[in-house]
Amino acid sequence: MTDTTPATETLHDVTVTVNGIRRSASVPGRRLLSDFLRHDLELTGTHVGCEHGVCGACTVLVDGQPMRSCLMFAVTAQDHAITTVEGLGSAPDARVAPTGESMNPVQQAFAECHGLQCGFCTPGFLTTVTAYLEENPSPTSEEAREAISGNLCRCTGYQNIVKSVLRAAEIRVERAAEEQP
Amino acid sequence: MTTQMFGMPIRRKEDPRLLTGGGRYLDDLGHDALAAAFVRSPHAHARIVDIDASDAIDVEGVVGIYVHEDLPGRVGEPLPLLIPHPTLTHGRTGHALARDEVNHVGEPIVMVVATDRYVAEDACQRIRVTYAQLPVVVGIEAARAGELLVHDDVPGNVAAHMLQEVGDVDAAMAAAPHTLTLDLDIERSACMPMEGKGVYARWDRDRGELRMYSSTQTSTGVRAAVAAKLGLPLAKVECIAPDVGGGFGVKIVHPWPEEVLVPWAAILLGRPVKWTEDRREHFISAAHERGQLQRVTVGFDDEGHLLALDVKLWHDNGAYTPYGIIVPIITSTQLLGPYKPGTYRCEFWSLYTNTVLVTPYRGAGRPQGCFAMERTMDAIADELGLDRTEVRSRNFILPTEMPWDHGLLFQDGRPLKYDSGDFPASLDKLKALVGWDDFADHRRQAEAEGRKVGLGIGCYVEGTGVGPYEGGHIQIETSGRVNVSTGLTSQGQGHETVFAQIVAQELGVRMEDVHVTTGDTRKMAYAVGTFASRAAVMSGSAIALAARNVRAKALRIAADALEVSSEDLEIVDGTVRVKGAPATSMSLGTVSVLSNPLRYAFDEAAKAATQFAGTFDPDKPPVADDEEPGLEGKDFYSPTQATFANGMHAAIVETDPVTAEIRILRYCVIHDCGTMINPMIVEGQVHGGVAQGVGGALYERMAYDESGQLLNASFMDFLMPYASEVPTIEADHLETPSPLNPLGIKGAGEAGCIPVSAVIASAIEDAEGFPIRRMPISPNDLWELRRRHADGAIPSLHRSSRSSRMSPKEPTA
Ligand code: FES
Ligand code: FES
Repeated sequence: MTDTTPATETLHDVTVTVNGIRRSASVPGRRLLSDFLRHDLELTGTHVGCEHGVCGACTVLVDGQPMRSCLMFAVTAQDHAITTVEGLGSAPDARVAPTGESMNPVQQAFAECHGLQCGFCTPGFLTTVTAYLEENPSPTSEEAREAISGNLCRCTGYQNIVKSVLRAAEIRVERAAEEQP
Repeated sequence: MTTQMFGMPIRRKEDPRLLTGGGRYLDDLGHDALAAAFVRSPHAHARIVDIDASDAIDVEGVVGIYVHEDLPGRVGEPLPLLIPHPTLTHGRTGHALARDEVNHVGEPIVMVVATDRYVAEDACQRIRVTYAQLPVVVGIEAARAGELLVHDDVPGNVAAHMLQEVGDVDAAMAAAPHTLTLDLDIERSACMPMEGKGVYARWDRDRGELRMYSSTQTSTGVRAAVAAKLGLPLAKVECIAPDVGGGFGVKIVHPWPEEVLVPWAAILLGRPVKWTEDRREHFISAAHERGQLQRVTVGFDDEGHLLALDVKLWHDNGAYTPYGIIVPIITSTQLLGPYKPGTYRCEFWSLYTNTVLVTPYRGAGRPQGCFAMERTMDAIADELGLDRTEVRSRNFILPTEMPWDHGLLFQDGRPLKYDSGDFPASLDKLKALVGWDDFADHRRQAEAEGRKVGLGIGCYVEGTGVGPYEGGHIQIETSGRVNVSTGLTSQGQGHETVFAQIVAQELGVRMEDVHVTTGDTRKMAYAVGTFASRAAVMSGSAIALAARNVRAKALRIAADALEVSSEDLEIVDGTVRVKGAPATSMSLGTVSVLSNPLRYAFDEAAKAATQFAGTFDPDKPPVADDEEPGLEGKDFYSPTQATFANGMHAAIVETDPVTAEIRILRYCVIHDCGTMINPMIVEGQVHGGVAQGVGGALYERMAYDESGQLLNASFMDFLMPYASEVPTIEADHLETPSPLNPLGIKGAGEAGCIPVSAVIASAIEDAEGFPIRRMPISPNDLWELRRRHADGAIPSLHRSSRSSRMSPKEPTA
């Protein structure tokens, strides 16, 4: 018998701050962060398209930086702060849409520019672009395209995603202006 | 008038939900479910000698391990052949779990059910299957040679051989002043939705009812197939397609092995079971498409008019034919595009190979057909020294010739008869958009800078909106909420929005009051599915008809209550009012109250419909003879034939003189899908289609080795385009309404990808000056072609040797 796994797995208590809330669960060491978020915490907004780090659908923000949650173990996220798509709408520059959802500028821009079709890749783009605009608040069209070139989308052909990035930059400015007294 | 909704670029209703993590895709459901995983064949062709699971049963958390012998009755019988055809003389389908032979890498052999997926996969790794390997057939040439067989009882590996002929091709060919023969080759690609397949089933033991969810393009199809397989009454099975993360064709096939096995296990174990396909599984056990070899012989006159077109196709159908021969039938009919072929014969052989099965992928055989026809058009132009658009327009079917019957049978078993289209207008628009006539200047300029550029074109016609039917049901609640349901499913096409637009317009209600459900057999049991760009045409039309019924009923009831004639009423923003006297009105919610005579008042509004409310005529029954209670209506749409959309694309490419890198500098699209419900969504469909087309033209191929291993079964190795590979698409539309349906619409879902390989081949050929006959093309391929061209193994285009002596002649340099 090839002993590839122990009969019972050791469980680890993992505590992470997800979308501002401390969450804990007991999981095996091999539990992927993506599975931890989706199945242990039931935050299913983070999607899994390849599980080998290529498609970017599983991208979440770890301490503000975009990371592929399928390439991280849950235990390595211990004590870190994670933002998933469910948490983007809590940003200070998020606004509540007429339909009741709170959306940050990037989410709003995707809705305005038809930046999604099936929506499966979308959470990965939203987190990636949100982090990108923090660093690069006014990209050119070429820079916007470059910024999303690590994420796969099979539906949109990317054109409206590029448009969404540019529009999101505008919305950020508009909303920042609203904040001014 | 209610605000115009139909035809407007309305933002999508589904987006706020999908953008905030509120989507519910298959694997987001059933957190309490057991997980299934599969042992799949590592060999392309082998006999199963033994399966030893003794090391796996003890893995903690394993609940069940199943092989073919465990499957009772019809569960163990071959999967259904969904679309039989008289010429499919040797149709073969696999089993849910392989019985004693496997015919491709990835075929499921053992199912493990465990407490979670990690454990199920641990157990799979401990199961030892002993195989006796058999000779492997990979590639169309090997299949066609027929020396080795995929299925022992299928001589020559031929699943189907089909021939259609219109006119006397041999005579016309013999008399033709010119003939040309082209050998063409298109490789495999695949749909590759970002979400793979998945199934989740719950068995309600108390009620003896199965509820299943599948990431499918047809929930009614899955429901019927699973009920039949499991021997359950249809009434005891419901199937729901939740949010689906892309389909593009692969999810129309059903039942997949897992769609049978997961519900079967859920019933057997009395516990919910779920299976979520991983990316490798999707590569090796879902479906591919496109692979064909083609030989086109064409006869034409001095002006480039087609006289005879004789096409032979060898189509790779993979290991099994559950979806029949739809793909090669579509290739062989839609190949004709916007042209009159003079006389036409198409003969195809659908061949087995030891590879993943082949079923429709967006475009479904059309990209290959378009490639054949458009390469032929370019070859004729080159032969005669004519402008490539000139040859095309000389062969166009003209608007005055519509409807045009090709005399062939289409994929729905009905005549291939174009309903409408204005091909000369489309071509004019395209030439203006891309600057066709000015390209010679661009080329000269580029050449002066040491750059190589080329201009390509491709035209297609796409049969969309095929039958048999779809239905629409609309119900207005007393709150004024409008519930709409249709049975076909959604995978990102924005159905919640476009169908709501139709209802808002037809009924006179606000978009925000309309709520659309698709793909839920509890809401609409009669439906076919989402494929062949048919949703807008079929369900859109059915929903429009249903809305008209509901509107008529609302007006009848309101006219009675307001004591006016229904002709004097209009519905605006959900309120029925007297034209010119809007104060005399009642909300549709109130009409809904009145439509359902009540005994019991459940809320304030409901009081108006109770027996002592004094709102009725004592001489009439509470529900009139021909009426039903409730403000609701239903209708079905079933057309006699498909609608035919069309389009033309052009691209400018640059090929690097040293590295042979290929860059698309401009990509232009003219698209005519009839009246548009939502141009923003149509454009999105075009963008996505073109991107998939670009993938198929330049990057994507299924790299099988001679032993039938798929060498690039991951996103790391299968080169699906990122944003950096997809050009900006310049699109313009023509709206030639279809005369066939109440809204004048045609389908748009697949169009974008159809001509891309043809267009890119045309442009590269134009840049390089030698023919391109095989797609996709990588820089390596092009470099190799250049080398062979330099060696004289590939001839130059005539254009290169011909100076500017002919007219009208395509501008070269
Ligand atoms: S699922 Fe993590 S990158 Fe694809
Ligand atoms: S919207 Fe479907 S994969 Fe991107």
